[in-house]
Amino acid sequence: MKLVIAVIKPFKLEEVRDALTAVGVHGMTVTEVKGYGRQKGHMEIYRGSEYAVNFLPKVRIEIAVSSEMVDRVVEAISVAAKTGQIGDGKIFVAPIEAAMRIRTGEVDADAL
Amino acid sequence: MRVASIARAGRVTGAIVAIAVLAVSPAAAQPATSIDRADTAWMIVATALVLMMTLPGLALFYAGMVRKKNVLATMAQSLAATALCSILWAAVGYSLAFAGDAPFLGTLDRLLLSGMGLDAVSPWAKTIPEALFMIYQMTFAVITVALVSGSVADRMRFSAFLWFAALWLIVVYVPISHWVWGGGFLAAAGLIDFAGGTVVHLNAGVAGLVGALVLGARRGYGSENLAPYDLSLAVIGTGLLWVGWFGFNGGSALGANPRAVFAILTTHLAACTGALTWMALEWMRLGKPSVLGMISGAVAGLGAITPASGFVLPWHGVIIGLAAGAVCYWSCTRLKFIFGYDDSLDVFGVHGVGGATGMLLAGVFATRAIGNVSGLLEGHPNQVLIQLYGIGVTLVWSAFGTVVLLKLISAFVPLRVDKQSEIEGLDVAQHGESLQ
Repeated sequence: MKLVIAVIKPFKLEEVRDALTAVGVHGMTVTEVKGYGRQKGHMEIYRGSEYAVNFLPKVRIEIAVSSEMVDRVVEAISVAAKTGQIGDGKIFVAPIEAAMRIRTGEVDADAL
Repeated sequence: MRVASIARAGRVTGAIVAIAVLAVSPAAAQPATSIDRADTAWMIVATALVLMMTLPGLALFYAGMVRKKNVLATMAQSLAATALCSILWAAVGYSLAFAGDAPFLGTLDRLLLSGMGLDAVSPWAKTIPEALFMIYQMTFAVITVALVSGSVADRMRFSAFLWFAALWLIVVYVPISHWVWGGGFLAAAGLIDFAGGTVVHLNAGVAGLVGALVLGARRGYGSENLAPYDLSLAVIGTGLLWVGWFGFNGGSALGANPRAVFAILTTHLAACTGALTWMALEWMRLGKPSVLGMISGAVAGLGAITPASGFVLPWHGVIIGLAAGAVCYWSCTRLKFIFGYDDSLDVFGVHGVGGATGMLLAGVFATRAIGNVSGLLEGHPNQVLIQLYGIGVTLVWSAFGTVVLLKLISAFVPLRVDKQSEIEGLDVAQHGESLQ
């Protein structure tokens, strides 16, 4: 089992969700985050006071999938989330030791 | 037969007694003939409009501009100013401001509103009930105190602010309102201030500046990101202030008459021009017109037109709005940084400078046909000097009174919150609450 973590541009969320549904992913967790990489922030000015806003809004998606599905899922996300501009984001894959569905008590592969 | 005649005698006697009672009871007394129902109706509405300017107008306007961790605390200052100062005004402030017409202070004739019955009428507003004049003036006192809180936002201790609100109302606001509106020495000198260029705006602006200097800058001023939490709240607040100002300036005619209408029209034009001016200046200098700039320009125009609104022509309002937009823009974006003071919400830059600008221009544009006073353009340059005199007196008394009161309060209660509270945020530290 793997945890696929993707940090993407917020407006790409619906497109990525549709692409994941198409490859058989039916659940995910989404958080609103801030971050930066090579994409720089911007300046905001309020009545003469200037502030550098270095952190940009991003969306973080976490999906738990079986190891066989990982490549398809990563591919689906990367195609849907790409704009070609700096700041498109990153995808990480981490191992999952165990999983459980709370309602039924199913574990591991049955919980995904 | 004897029972029937006794009964009839009883009815006749009862009728005679009833007539006698009606003849001497207050209900049959002559009503005050000077009360005009249209004036009264309008002034009731104007009173509600001005109270709305503080709650929730100013509360939203200010709270939207501070950081998230201080939003509720900022609103608390407007709430507390309203609650505390309303009662103090009714108890003693109104009397000291408007009873009698001695040069420097009113009398205690209306202490605890004594003698102010249903039929009472103030000599300053003969066509409305005195109680209405009193509560209308109350809303002005309340908003002036609330305005000062903007300069010391994000760092003043709530208990110290309450003491300040109570004492400053009596020591600074009441005397100035007496001098300008209660028949005091400034009015006697010919000062014109229709709705509070000195009493409200310059007064609050100067007090705010003094407060900002005495308390010192916010932690992180100049180095940290102090960006506004939610400018949409500030825009909503501006709308409430703008609409409420129709009652603030329009109601200062104290009646439902053409002068009130002209004051409203002139006020609105000044607000519009102020907004457009600040917008244009930012667009030219920074490349983008900001929403904060538009609302600041509108409020600058509104503050500046306040003293002039019942004395000048509508198109003068356009000029005054333009002047205010420009001068206040410069005050908030250059003057503040030249001197390095942290007037958090620019009370001095917008209300102080705007109020003074409007006072001077009132002396320039005053038109006899509108307010029975002529200014420089109608051949009375002396009016400008009188306006300068009023500005000077207000500035000195407000600055002096504010600094003395702050020093006095600080001997008992620290004016600022402690360092940890300021970092954590006033909402949690002072009020035990937070926005989720």
